[in-house]
Amino acid sequence: MSQANHSIPLGDKLWRWLVISLPYWWLAIFFLAPFAIVFKISFADPVVAQPPFSNFFDFSPGAESWLLATLDNYRFITEDNLYWISYFKSLKIATISTVLCLLLGYPMAYGIAKCQPGTRNILLMLVILPFWTSFLLRVYAWIVMLGKTGAINSLLLKMGLITTPIEMLYTDGAVYLGIVYTYIPFMVLPLYSVLEKMDTNLQDAAADLGARRWQVFFNIILPLSMPGVIAGSMLVFIPALGEFVIPSLLGGIDSLMIGRTLYDEFFINRDWPLASAVATVLLFIIVVPIMLLQSSLKEHS
Amino acid sequence: MSSHRGPSTFILSVLCFGFAFLYVPILVMMAYSFNDSALATVWGGFSTRWYSALLNNEQIINAALLSLKIAAVSATFATILGTLAGLALTRMRRFRGRFLFTGLIAAPLVMPEVITGLSLLLLFVSLQQLIGWPVSRGASTITIAHITFAMAYIAVIVQARLASMDESLEEAAMDLGGRPMQVTFDITLPLIAPSMISGWLLAFTLSLDDLVIASFTSGAGASTLPMVIFSKIKLGVTPDINALATIIIGTLSLGILIASWIMLRSQRKTSAQRQSG
Repeated sequence: MSQANHSIPLGDKLWRWLVISLPYWWLAIFFLAPFAIVFKISFADPVVAQPPFSNFFDFSPGAESWLLATLDNYRFITEDNLYWISYFKSLKIATISTVLCLLLGYPMAYGIAKCQPGTRNILLMLVILPFWTSFLLRVYAWIVMLGKTGAINSLLLKMGLITTPIEMLYTDGAVYLGIVYTYIPFMVLPLYSVLEKMDTNLQDAAADLGARRWQVFFNIILPLSMPGVIAGSMLVFIPALGEFVIPSLLGGIDSLMIGRTLYDEFFINRDWPLASAVATVLLFIIVVPIMLLQSSLKEHS
Repeated sequence: MSSHRGPSTFILSVLCFGFAFLYVPILVMMAYSFNDSALATVWGGFSTRWYSALLNNEQIINAALLSLKIAAVSATFATILGTLAGLALTRMRRFRGRFLFTGLIAAPLVMPEVITGLSLLLLFVSLQQLIGWPVSRGASTITIAHITFAMAYIAVIVQARLASMDESLEEAAMDLGGRPMQVTFDITLPLIAPSMISGWLLAFTLSLDDLVIASFTSGAGASTLPMVIFSKIKLGVTPDINALATIIIGTLSLGILIASWIMLRSQRKTSAQRQSG
Protein backbone atom coordinates (compact mmCIF):
# COMPACT_ATOMS: atom_id res chain seq x y z
CA MET A 1 0.00 0.00 0.00
CA SER A 2 3.07 2.24 -0.03
CA GLN A 3 2.73 2.67 -3.78
CA ALA A 4 1.91 6.15 -4.92
CA ASN A 5 -1.53 6.61 -6.35
CA HIS A 6 -0.44 7.30 -9.93
CA SER A 7 1.43 4.03 -10.29
CA ILE A 8 -1.64 1.87 -9.65
CA PRO A 9 -2.84 0.41 -12.97
CA LEU A 10 -6.06 1.79 -14.35
CA GLY A 11 -7.81 -1.60 -14.18
CA ASP A 12 -7.12 -1.94 -10.45
CA LYS A 13 -8.35 1.57 -9.80
CA LEU A 14 -11.51 0.87 -11.76
CA TRP A 15 -12.13 -2.35 -9.84
CA ARG A 16 -11.64 -0.62 -6.51
CA TRP A 17 -13.97 2.15 -7.60
CA LEU A 18 -16.59 -0.40 -8.70
CA VAL A 19 -16.46 -2.41 -5.46
CA ILE A 20 -16.95 0.67 -3.31
CA SER A 21 -19.17 2.89 -5.43
CA LEU A 22 -21.76 0.45 -6.70
CA PRO A 23 -23.21 -0.58 -3.30
CA TYR A 24 -22.51 2.87 -1.85
CA TRP A 25 -24.49 4.74 -4.49
CA TRP A 26 -27.26 2.18 -4.50
CA LEU A 27 -27.81 2.71 -0.78
CA ALA A 28 -27.37 6.46 -1.07
CA ILE A 29 -30.05 6.69 -3.75
CA PHE A 30 -32.52 4.09 -2.51
CA PHE A 31 -32.05 4.33 1.24
CA LEU A 32 -30.60 7.70 2.25
CA ALA A 33 -32.17 10.03 -0.31
CA PRO A 34 -35.72 8.76 0.42
CA PHE A 35 -35.41 10.00 4.03
CA ALA A 36 -34.63 13.48 2.78
CA ILE A 37 -37.78 13.31 0.66
CA VAL A 38 -39.90 12.12 3.60
CA PHE A 39 -38.53 15.01 5.64
CA LYS A 40 -39.33 17.47 2.85
CA ILE A 41 -42.87 16.20 2.27
CA SER A 42 -43.63 16.32 5.99
CA PHE A 43 -43.67 20.12 5.57
CA ALA A 44 -46.06 20.06 2.60
CA ASP A 45 -49.80 20.56 2.45
CA PRO A 46 -52.07 17.69 1.50
CA VAL A 47 -53.89 18.45 -1.75
CA VAL A 48 -56.32 16.52 -3.87
CA ALA A 49 -54.00 15.77 -6.75
CA GLN A 50 -51.60 13.18 -8.07
CA PRO A 51 -49.34 12.99 -6.07
CA PRO A 52 -51.40 14.25 -3.11
CA PHE A 53 -49.09 16.90 -1.69
CA SER A 54 -48.27 20.50 -2.50
CA ASN A 55 -45.04 21.59 -4.16
CA PHE A 56 -42.20 22.70 -1.97
CA PHE A 57 -41.05 25.51 -4.20
CA ASP A 58 -43.18 27.89 -6.17
CA PHE A 59 -41.25 29.97 -8.68
CA SER A 60 -44.28 31.13 -10.65
CA PRO A 61 -44.56 34.91 -10.99
CA GLY A 62 -46.99 36.41 -8.54
CA ALA A 63 -46.41 33.76 -5.88
CA GLU A 64 -46.40 35.06 -2.33
CA SER A 65 -43.20 33.24 -1.46
CA TRP A 66 -40.99 30.80 -3.33
CA LEU A 67 -40.84 28.46 -0.38
CA LEU A 68 -44.03 26.67 0.52
CA ALA A 69 -43.39 24.96 3.83
CA THR A 70 -45.79 24.50 6.67
CA LEU A 71 -45.52 23.16 10.16
CA ASP A 72 -49.23 22.25 10.13
CA ASN A 73 -48.57 18.49 10.08
CA TYR A 74 -46.37 18.61 13.16
CA ARG A 75 -48.82 20.95 14.87
CA PHE A 76 -51.59 18.48 14.09
CA ILE A 77 -49.61 15.54 15.50
CA THR A 78 -49.01 17.34 18.79
CA GLU A 79 -52.59 18.59 19.08
CA ASP A 80 -54.46 15.44 18.18
CA ASN A 81 -54.56 12.90 20.99
CA LEU A 82 -54.55 9.97 18.54
CA TYR A 83 -50.84 10.42 17.82
CA TRP A 84 -49.80 10.85 21.44
CA ILE A 85 -51.73 7.69 22.30
CA SER A 86 -50.19 5.82 19.36
CA TYR A 87 -46.61 6.80 20.17
CA PHE A 88 -47.10 6.09 23.85
CA LYS A 89 -48.78 2.76 23.23
CA SER A 90 -46.04 1.70 20.79
CA LEU A 91 -43.36 2.56 23.34
CA LYS A 92 -45.23 0.64 26.03
CA ILE A 93 -45.87 -2.46 23.92
CA ALA A 94 -42.31 -2.48 22.54
CA THR A 95 -40.82 -2.09 26.03
CA ILE A 96 -42.91 -4.81 27.67
CA SER A 97 -42.39 -7.20 24.74
CA THR A 98 -38.64 -6.62 24.91
CA VAL A 99 -38.62 -7.45 28.63
CA LEU A 100 -40.70 -10.59 27.99
CA CYS A 101 -38.33 -11.61 25.18
CA LEU A 102 -35.40 -11.12 27.53
CA LEU A 103 -37.03 -13.18 30.29
CA LEU A 104 -37.66 -16.08 27.91
CA GLY A 105 -34.63 -15.60 25.64
CA TYR A 106 -31.93 -15.32 28.32
CA PRO A 107 -32.52 -18.74 29.92
CA MET A 108 -32.90 -20.25 26.44
CA ALA A 109 -29.59 -18.80 25.24
CA TYR A 110 -27.95 -19.81 28.51
CA GLY A 111 -29.31 -23.36 28.25
CA ILE A 112 -28.17 -23.72 24.63
CA ALA A 113 -24.70 -22.44 25.51
CA LYS A 114 -24.48 -25.03 28.31
CA CYS A 115 -25.30 -27.98 26.03
CA GLN A 116 -22.80 -30.28 24.32
CA PRO A 117 -21.48 -28.79 21.03
CA GLY A 118 -23.46 -31.26 18.90
CA THR A 119 -26.78 -30.57 20.62
CA ARG A 120 -25.94 -26.87 20.67
CA ASN A 121 -25.85 -26.62 16.86
CA ILE A 122 -29.16 -28.44 16.50
CA LEU A 123 -30.89 -26.23 19.08
CA LEU A 124 -29.42 -23.11 17.50
CA MET A 125 -30.70 -24.26 14.12
CA LEU A 126 -34.15 -24.75 15.67
CA VAL A 127 -34.09 -21.15 16.95
CA ILE A 128 -33.02 -19.73 13.59
CA LEU A 129 -35.27 -21.87 11.38
CA PRO A 130 -38.56 -20.01 12.10
CA PHE A 131 -36.81 -16.73 11.29
CA TRP A 132 -36.09 -18.08 7.81
CA THR A 133 -39.66 -19.11 7.19
CA SER A 134 -42.57 -16.76 6.68
CA PHE A 135 -43.07 -14.08 9.32
CA LEU A 136 -46.59 -13.30 8.07
CA LEU A 137 -47.67 -16.93 8.18
CA ARG A 138 -46.23 -17.43 11.65
CA VAL A 139 -48.33 -14.51 12.87
CA TYR A 140 -51.28 -16.11 11.12
CA ALA A 141 -50.64 -19.35 13.02
CA TRP A 142 -51.63 -17.45 16.18
CA ILE A 143 -54.98 -16.52 14.62
CA VAL A 144 -55.54 -20.26 14.22
CA MET A 145 -54.50 -20.79 17.86
CA LEU A 146 -56.24 -17.89 19.60
CA GLY A 147 -59.48 -17.40 17.66
CA LYS A 148 -62.92 -17.78 19.20
CA THR A 149 -63.24 -21.12 17.42
CA GLY A 150 -59.47 -21.61 17.46
CA ALA A 151 -57.29 -24.44 18.70
CA ILE A 152 -56.90 -23.31 22.34
CA ASN A 153 -60.56 -22.48 22.86
CA SER A 154 -61.79 -25.73 21.31
CA LEU A 155 -59.33 -27.73 23.42
CA LEU A 156 -60.43 -26.02 26.63
CA LEU A 157 -64.10 -26.43 25.70
CA LYS A 158 -63.63 -30.12 24.97
CA MET A 159 -61.86 -30.64 28.29
CA GLY A 160 -64.76 -28.92 30.01
CA LEU A 161 -62.54 -26.29 31.63
CA ILE A 162 -64.57 -23.44 30.13
CA THR A 163 -68.14 -23.21 28.89
CA THR A 164 -67.84 -20.15 26.66
CA PRO A 165 -64.83 -19.29 24.49
CA ILE A 166 -62.32 -16.83 26.00
CA GLU A 167 -61.60 -13.61 24.08
CA MET A 168 -57.92 -13.95 23.25
CA LEU A 169 -57.57 -12.81 19.67
CA TYR A 170 -57.82 -9.06 18.91
CA THR A 171 -56.48 -8.06 22.33
CA ASP A 172 -53.27 -6.38 23.52
CA GLY A 173 -52.22 -9.70 25.04
CA ALA A 174 -52.26 -11.27 21.59
CA VAL A 175 -50.04 -8.44 20.32
CA TYR A 176 -47.46 -9.08 23.08
CA LEU A 177 -47.57 -12.78 22.31
CA GLY A 178 -47.11 -12.17 18.59
CA ILE A 179 -44.15 -9.83 19.07
CA VAL A 180 -42.38 -12.16 21.53
CA TYR A 181 -43.05 -15.10 19.22
CA THR A 182 -41.67 -13.50 16.07
CA TYR A 183 -38.72 -11.60 17.58
CA ILE A 184 -37.39 -14.17 20.08
CA PRO A 185 -34.63 -15.37 17.66
CA PHE A 186 -33.23 -11.82 17.57
CA MET A 187 -32.91 -11.95 21.36
CA VAL A 188 -31.50 -15.47 21.66
CA LEU A 189 -28.76 -15.20 19.01
CA PRO A 190 -26.75 -12.22 20.34
CA LEU A 191 -27.15 -13.50 23.91
CA TYR A 192 -25.94 -16.93 22.87
CA SER A 193 -22.89 -15.56 21.07
CA VAL A 194 -21.85 -13.67 24.23
CA LEU A 195 -22.59 -16.53 26.64
CA GLU A 196 -20.89 -19.13 24.47
CA LYS A 197 -17.60 -17.21 24.39
CA MET A 198 -17.67 -16.42 28.10
CA ASP A 199 -14.69 -17.61 30.10
CA THR A 200 -15.91 -20.00 32.81
CA ASN A 201 -12.86 -19.56 35.03
CA LEU A 202 -14.35 -16.57 36.81
CA GLN A 203 -17.54 -18.50 37.55
CA ASP A 204 -15.60 -21.52 38.79
CA ALA A 205 -13.45 -19.31 40.99
CA ALA A 206 -16.53 -17.62 42.47
CA ALA A 207 -18.15 -20.99 43.05
CA ASP A 208 -14.98 -22.31 44.70
CA LEU A 209 -15.01 -19.32 47.01
CA GLY A 210 -18.50 -20.26 48.11
CA ALA A 211 -20.73 -18.11 45.93
CA ARG A 212 -24.19 -19.48 45.39
CA ARG A 213 -25.53 -20.12 41.89
CA TRP A 214 -27.69 -16.98 41.84
CA GLN A 215 -24.82 -14.90 43.19
CA VAL A 216 -22.56 -16.16 40.41
CA PHE A 217 -25.29 -15.32 37.93
CA PHE A 218 -26.06 -11.79 39.13
CA ASN A 219 -22.50 -10.77 39.99
CA ILE A 220 -20.58 -12.37 37.14
CA ILE A 221 -22.56 -13.84 34.27
CA LEU A 222 -25.15 -11.10 33.86
CA PRO A 223 -22.71 -8.13 33.94
CA LEU A 224 -20.39 -9.88 31.48
CA SER A 225 -23.26 -10.59 29.10
CA MET A 226 -24.49 -6.98 29.02
CA PRO A 227 -23.38 -6.31 25.40
CA GLY A 228 -25.54 -9.26 24.33
CA VAL A 229 -28.45 -8.07 26.47
CA ILE A 230 -28.32 -4.59 24.93
CA ALA A 231 -27.87 -5.85 21.36
CA GLY A 232 -30.71 -8.37 21.69
CA SER A 233 -33.02 -5.87 23.39
CA MET A 234 -32.47 -3.23 20.73
CA LEU A 235 -32.93 -5.78 17.92
CA VAL A 236 -36.35 -6.55 19.41
CA PHE A 237 -37.29 -3.06 20.59
CA ILE A 238 -36.58 -1.09 17.40
CA PRO A 239 -38.61 -3.17 14.92
CA ALA A 240 -41.34 -3.78 17.53
CA LEU A 241 -41.79 -0.01 17.90
CA GLY A 242 -42.78 0.41 14.26
CA GLU A 243 -44.52 -2.94 13.94
CA PHE A 244 -47.51 -2.95 11.62
CA VAL A 245 -48.45 -6.55 10.78
CA ILE A 246 -48.81 -7.90 14.33
CA PRO A 247 -51.10 -5.18 15.76
CA SER A 248 -53.28 -5.14 12.66
CA LEU A 249 -53.71 -8.93 12.58
CA LEU A 250 -53.73 -9.85 16.28
CA GLY A 251 -54.68 -6.58 17.97
CA GLY A 252 -58.10 -5.07 18.51
CA ILE A 253 -59.43 -1.96 16.79
CA ASP A 254 -57.99 0.11 19.63
CA SER A 255 -54.49 -1.33 19.37
CA LEU A 256 -53.13 1.85 17.86
CA MET A 257 -49.45 1.27 17.41
CA ILE A 258 -47.72 4.02 15.48
CA GLY A 259 -46.83 1.77 12.54
CA ARG A 260 -50.50 1.00 12.07
CA THR A 261 -51.52 4.65 12.46
CA LEU A 262 -48.96 5.65 9.83
CA TYR A 263 -50.15 2.92 7.45
CA ASP A 264 -53.80 3.96 7.86
CA GLU A 265 -52.96 7.65 7.48
CA PHE A 266 -51.27 6.79 4.24
CA PHE A 267 -53.53 4.17 2.68
CA ILE A 268 -56.94 5.02 4.10
CA ASN A 269 -56.86 8.79 4.65
CA ARG A 270 -54.34 9.30 1.81
CA ASP A 271 -52.72 12.10 3.79
CA TRP A 272 -49.12 11.67 2.62
CA PRO A 273 -47.66 14.79 4.28
CA LEU A 274 -49.10 13.83 7.66
CA ALA A 275 -47.84 10.23 7.27
CA SER A 276 -44.40 11.68 6.47
CA ALA A 277 -44.49 13.81 9.61
CA VAL A 278 -45.47 10.74 11.69
CA ALA A 279 -42.56 8.82 10.11
CA THR A 280 -40.11 11.65 10.80
CA VAL A 281 -41.07 11.75 14.49
CA LEU A 282 -40.78 7.94 14.70
CA LEU A 283 -37.34 8.15 13.11
CA PHE A 284 -36.19 10.60 15.79
CA ILE A 285 -37.53 8.29 18.50
CA ILE A 286 -35.52 5.30 17.24
CA VAL A 287 -32.25 7.20 16.74
CA VAL A 288 -31.32 6.75 20.42
CA PRO A 289 -31.86 2.95 20.53
CA ILE A 290 -30.03 2.58 17.20
CA MET A 291 -27.02 4.40 18.63
CA LEU A 292 -27.17 2.16 21.71
CA LEU A 293 -27.17 -0.88 19.43
CA GLN A 294 -24.22 0.40 17.40
CA SER A 295 -22.09 1.04 20.47
CA SER A 296 -22.93 -2.34 22.03
CA LEU A 297 -22.03 -4.14 18.80
CA LYS A 298 -18.76 -2.22 18.58
CA GLU A 299 -17.93 -3.13 22.17
CA HIS A 300 -18.77 -6.75 21.42
CA SER A 301 -16.49 -7.05 18.41
CA MET B 1 -19.19 -22.36 27.80
CA SER B 2 -18.68 -25.97 28.83
CA SER B 3 -18.89 -25.94 32.58
CA HIS B 4 -18.84 -29.12 34.64
CA ARG B 5 -22.45 -28.66 35.58
CA GLY B 6 -25.02 -29.27 32.88
CA PRO B 7 -28.11 -27.09 32.53
CA SER B 8 -30.32 -27.05 35.63
CA THR B 9 -33.91 -28.25 35.74
CA PHE B 10 -35.14 -24.67 35.52
CA ILE B 11 -33.07 -24.00 32.40
CA LEU B 12 -34.17 -27.28 30.84
CA SER B 13 -37.85 -26.54 31.41
CA VAL B 14 -37.48 -23.03 29.95
CA LEU B 15 -35.78 -24.58 26.91
CA CYS B 16 -38.63 -27.07 26.49
CA PHE B 17 -41.22 -24.32 26.92
CA GLY B 18 -39.37 -22.02 24.51
CA PHE B 19 -39.17 -24.58 21.74
CA ALA B 20 -42.78 -25.69 22.27
CA PHE B 21 -43.78 -22.02 22.05
CA LEU B 22 -41.87 -21.68 18.77
CA TYR B 23 -43.17 -24.81 17.11
CA VAL B 24 -46.61 -25.79 18.47
CA PRO B 25 -48.58 -23.02 16.63
CA ILE B 26 -46.98 -23.93 13.29
CA LEU B 27 -47.64 -27.65 13.79
CA VAL B 28 -51.27 -27.01 14.85
CA MET B 29 -51.82 -24.87 11.76
CA MET B 30 -50.31 -27.58 9.56
CA ALA B 31 -52.59 -30.19 11.15
CA TYR B 32 -55.65 -28.02 10.49
CA SER B 33 -54.72 -27.75 6.80
CA PHE B 34 -55.72 -31.42 6.46
CA ASN B 35 -59.05 -30.91 8.25
CA ASP B 36 -61.97 -31.66 5.96
CA SER B 37 -64.23 -29.31 7.93
CA ALA B 38 -63.99 -25.58 7.28
CA LEU B 39 -64.55 -24.96 10.98
CA ALA B 40 -61.50 -25.12 13.21
CA THR B 41 -63.61 -26.47 16.10
CA VAL B 42 -64.66 -29.64 14.30
CA TRP B 43 -62.36 -32.35 13.03
CA GLY B 44 -64.10 -33.50 9.87
CA GLY B 45 -61.59 -36.17 8.97
CA PHE B 46 -58.41 -36.16 6.90
CA SER B 47 -58.68 -34.40 3.58
CA THR B 48 -56.51 -32.70 1.00
CA ARG B 49 -59.36 -30.67 -0.44
CA TRP B 50 -57.89 -27.31 0.66
CA TYR B 51 -54.77 -28.14 -1.32
CA SER B 52 -56.73 -28.82 -4.49
CA ALA B 53 -58.79 -25.66 -3.87
CA LEU B 54 -55.50 -23.80 -3.79
CA LEU B 55 -54.44 -25.14 -7.19
CA ASN B 56 -57.66 -23.79 -8.70
CA ASN B 57 -57.28 -20.35 -7.14
CA GLU B 58 -55.88 -18.28 -9.97
CA GLN B 59 -55.39 -15.16 -7.84
CA ILE B 60 -53.12 -17.02 -5.42
CA ILE B 61 -51.20 -18.85 -8.17
CA ASN B 62 -50.53 -15.60 -10.05
CA ALA B 63 -49.47 -13.81 -6.89
CA ALA B 64 -47.17 -16.71 -5.97
CA LEU B 65 -45.52 -16.66 -9.40
CA LEU B 66 -45.00 -12.89 -9.19
CA SER B 67 -43.53 -13.22 -5.68
CA LEU B 68 -41.16 -16.00 -6.75
CA LYS B 69 -39.99 -13.93 -9.73
CA ILE B 70 -39.38 -10.84 -7.61
CA ALA B 71 -37.63 -12.93 -4.93
CA ALA B 72 -35.27 -14.63 -7.41
CA VAL B 73 -34.30 -11.40 -9.20
CA SER B 74 -33.93 -9.29 -6.07
CA ALA B 75 -31.95 -11.98 -4.22
CA THR B 76 -29.51 -12.24 -7.12
CA PHE B 77 -28.90 -8.49 -7.40
CA ALA B 78 -28.78 -8.14 -3.63
CA THR B 79 -26.12 -10.87 -3.44
CA ILE B 80 -23.95 -9.06 -6.00
CA LEU B 81 -24.30 -5.65 -4.33
CA GLY B 82 -24.10 -7.03 -0.79
CA THR B 83 -20.94 -9.00 -1.57
CA LEU B 84 -19.33 -5.90 -3.10
CA ALA B 85 -20.29 -3.96 0.04
CA GLY B 86 -18.77 -6.67 2.25
CA LEU B 87 -15.56 -6.59 0.17
CA ALA B 88 -15.44 -2.80 0.34
CA LEU B 89 -15.74 -2.79 4.13
CA THR B 90 -13.17 -5.52 4.80
CA ARG B 91 -10.70 -5.51 1.91
CA MET B 92 -10.61 -1.88 0.76
CA ARG B 93 -8.76 -0.29 3.61
CA ARG B 94 -9.38 3.40 3.41
CA PHE B 95 -11.89 5.39 1.43
CA ARG B 96 -13.86 8.55 1.87
CA GLY B 97 -17.30 8.17 3.41
CA ARG B 98 -16.50 4.84 5.04
CA PHE B 99 -18.25 5.88 8.25
CA LEU B 100 -21.45 6.77 6.40
CA PHE B 101 -21.17 3.55 4.39
CA THR B 102 -21.05 1.45 7.58
CA GLY B 103 -24.15 3.22 8.85
CA LEU B 104 -25.96 2.73 5.54
CA ILE B 105 -25.31 -1.03 5.77
CA ALA B 106 -26.53 -1.34 9.36
CA ALA B 107 -29.57 0.95 9.22
CA PRO B 108 -31.85 -1.06 6.87
CA LEU B 109 -31.59 -4.03 9.26
CA VAL B 110 -33.37 -2.24 12.10
CA MET B 111 -35.40 0.39 10.27
CA PRO B 112 -39.15 -0.11 10.84
CA GLU B 113 -40.66 -1.38 7.61
CA VAL B 114 -43.33 1.32 7.48
CA ILE B 115 -40.61 3.99 7.29
CA THR B 116 -38.55 2.17 4.63
CA GLY B 117 -41.69 1.52 2.59
CA LEU B 118 -43.06 5.05 2.85
CA SER B 119 -39.72 6.68 2.04
CA LEU B 120 -39.10 4.47 -1.00
CA LEU B 121 -42.56 5.18 -2.36
CA LEU B 122 -42.05 8.92 -1.97
CA LEU B 123 -38.70 8.55 -3.77
CA PHE B 124 -40.34 6.73 -6.69
CA VAL B 125 -43.10 9.36 -6.90
CA SER B 126 -40.57 12.20 -6.83
CA LEU B 127 -38.39 10.52 -9.45
CA GLN B 128 -41.40 10.07 -11.67
CA GLN B 129 -42.17 13.79 -11.45
CA LEU B 130 -38.54 14.70 -12.00
CA ILE B 131 -37.27 12.33 -14.72
CA GLY B 132 -40.37 10.38 -15.73
CA TRP B 133 -39.03 7.10 -14.31
CA PRO B 134 -40.50 4.78 -13.01
CA VAL B 135 -43.46 5.15 -15.37
CA SER B 136 -45.64 3.00 -13.13
CA ARG B 137 -45.13 1.17 -9.88
CA GLY B 138 -45.28 -2.61 -9.71
CA ALA B 139 -42.93 -5.57 -9.91
CA SER B 140 -39.89 -3.44 -10.81
CA THR B 141 -40.27 -0.96 -7.94
CA ILE B 142 -40.88 -3.80 -5.46
CA THR B 143 -37.74 -5.51 -6.76
CA ILE B 144 -35.64 -2.36 -6.23
CA ALA B 145 -37.01 -2.03 -2.69
CA HIS B 146 -36.22 -5.66 -1.90
CA ILE B 147 -32.70 -5.41 -3.32
CA THR B 148 -32.09 -2.44 -1.04
CA PHE B 149 -32.99 -4.04 2.27
CA ALA B 150 -31.72 -7.53 1.38
CA MET B 151 -28.27 -6.31 0.32
CA ALA B 152 -27.73 -4.98 3.83
CA TYR B 153 -28.32 -8.46 5.30
CA ILE B 154 -25.97 -10.04 2.75
CA ALA B 155 -23.31 -7.38 3.34
CA VAL B 156 -23.38 -8.22 7.07
CA ILE B 157 -23.14 -12.00 6.44
CA VAL B 158 -20.32 -11.65 3.86
CA GLN B 159 -18.50 -9.08 5.97
CA ALA B 160 -18.53 -11.41 9.00
CA ARG B 161 -17.12 -14.24 6.89
CA LEU B 162 -14.42 -12.05 5.32
CA ALA B 163 -13.40 -10.61 8.67
CA SER B 164 -12.94 -14.07 10.21
CA MET B 165 -11.10 -15.41 7.15
CA ASP B 166 -7.35 -15.83 6.90
CA GLU B 167 -6.07 -13.25 4.41
CA SER B 168 -2.80 -15.06 3.72
CA LEU B 169 -4.08 -16.81 0.58
CA GLU B 170 -5.16 -13.51 -0.96
CA GLU B 171 -1.89 -11.86 0.07
CA ALA B 172 0.11 -14.72 -1.46
CA ALA B 173 -1.82 -14.37 -4.72
CA MET B 174 -1.16 -10.62 -4.73
CA ASP B 175 2.56 -11.17 -4.05
CA LEU B 176 2.67 -13.53 -7.02
CA GLY B 177 1.43 -10.72 -9.22
CA GLY B 178 -2.32 -11.31 -9.24
CA ARG B 179 -4.36 -8.22 -9.96
CA PRO B 180 -6.91 -7.30 -7.22
CA MET B 181 -9.89 -8.15 -9.41
CA GLN B 182 -8.35 -11.47 -10.46
CA VAL B 183 -7.57 -12.34 -6.82
CA THR B 184 -11.14 -11.54 -5.81
CA PHE B 185 -12.62 -13.79 -8.47
CA ASP B 186 -10.11 -16.66 -8.21
CA ILE B 187 -9.44 -16.75 -4.47
CA THR B 188 -11.83 -14.67 -2.36
CA LEU B 189 -15.18 -15.42 -3.99
CA PRO B 190 -14.76 -19.23 -4.03
CA LEU B 191 -13.85 -19.08 -0.34
CA ILE B 192 -16.88 -17.02 0.65
CA ALA B 193 -19.27 -18.86 -1.70
CA PRO B 194 -21.10 -20.64 1.16
CA SER B 195 -21.86 -17.27 2.81
CA MET B 196 -23.04 -15.89 -0.51
CA ILE B 197 -25.36 -18.86 -0.97
CA SER B 198 -26.86 -18.52 2.50
CA GLY B 199 -27.15 -14.78 1.88
CA TRP B 200 -29.00 -15.41 -1.37
CA LEU B 201 -31.36 -17.82 0.41
CA LEU B 202 -32.02 -15.32 3.18
CA ALA B 203 -32.68 -12.55 0.64
CA PHE B 204 -35.00 -14.87 -1.27
CA THR B 205 -37.09 -15.74 1.80
CA LEU B 206 -37.14 -12.13 3.05
CA SER B 207 -38.46 -10.97 -0.31
CA LEU B 208 -40.99 -13.79 -0.49
CA ASP B 209 -42.27 -12.80 2.94
CA ASP B 210 -42.36 -9.02 2.75
CA LEU B 211 -45.76 -7.41 3.08
CA VAL B 212 -45.27 -3.82 4.27
CA ILE B 213 -42.56 -2.57 1.90
CA ALA B 214 -44.22 -4.29 -1.07
CA SER B 215 -47.59 -2.70 -0.19
CA PHE B 216 -46.04 0.76 -0.23
CA THR B 217 -43.93 0.35 -3.36
CA SER B 218 -46.44 -1.59 -5.46
CA GLY B 219 -48.85 0.01 -7.88
CA ALA B 220 -52.43 -0.83 -8.73
CA GLY B 221 -51.65 -3.86 -10.86
CA ALA B 222 -49.18 -5.96 -8.95
CA SER B 223 -50.19 -7.97 -5.89
CA THR B 224 -47.56 -10.18 -4.31
CA LEU B 225 -48.41 -13.34 -2.40
CA PRO B 226 -48.10 -11.74 1.08
CA MET B 227 -50.44 -8.94 -0.04
CA VAL B 228 -53.07 -11.48 -1.13
CA ILE B 229 -52.60 -13.53 2.04
CA PHE B 230 -52.86 -10.44 4.23
CA SER B 231 -56.12 -9.30 2.69
CA LYS B 232 -57.55 -12.80 3.26
CA ILE B 233 -56.38 -13.39 6.84
CA LYS B 234 -57.42 -9.94 8.01
CA LEU B 235 -60.91 -11.44 8.09
CA GLY B 236 -59.85 -14.43 10.19
CA VAL B 237 -59.04 -18.09 9.56
CA THR B 238 -59.38 -19.43 6.03
CA PRO B 239 -58.65 -23.14 5.49
CA ASP B 240 -56.95 -22.71 2.13
CA ILE B 241 -54.44 -20.34 3.73
CA ASN B 242 -53.64 -23.13 6.22
CA ALA B 243 -52.77 -25.31 3.23
CA LEU B 244 -50.77 -22.54 1.57
CA ALA B 245 -48.88 -21.84 4.80
CA THR B 246 -48.08 -25.54 5.18
CA ILE B 247 -46.66 -25.67 1.65
CA ILE B 248 -44.60 -22.48 2.06
CA ILE B 249 -43.22 -23.18 5.53
CA GLY B 250 -42.62 -26.86 4.71
CA THR B 251 -40.73 -26.10 1.48
CA LEU B 252 -38.67 -23.30 3.01
CA SER B 253 -37.74 -25.35 6.09
CA LEU B 254 -36.75 -28.32 3.96
CA GLY B 255 -34.69 -26.10 1.66
CA ILE B 256 -32.91 -24.42 4.57
CA LEU B 257 -32.19 -27.75 6.28
CA ILE B 258 -30.78 -29.29 3.10
CA ALA B 259 -28.70 -26.18 2.37
CA SER B 260 -27.24 -26.06 5.88
CA TRP B 261 -26.54 -29.80 5.80
CA ILE B 262 -24.62 -29.42 2.52
CA MET B 263 -22.70 -26.46 3.91
CA LEU B 264 -21.84 -28.32 7.11
CA ARG B 265 -20.59 -31.27 5.07
CA SER B 266 -18.42 -29.11 2.83
CA GLN B 267 -17.00 -27.36 5.90
CA ARG B 268 -16.12 -30.71 7.45
CA LYS B 269 -14.54 -31.83 4.21
CA THR B 270 -12.31 -28.74 3.95
CA SER B 271 -11.25 -28.96 7.59
CA ALA B 272 -10.47 -32.67 7.14
CA GLN B 273 -8.43 -31.88 4.03
CA ARG B 274 -6.57 -29.17 5.87
CA GLN B 275 -5.71 -31.60 8.65
CA SER B 276 -4.52 -34.37 6.33
CA GLY B 277 -2.66 -31.93 4.05
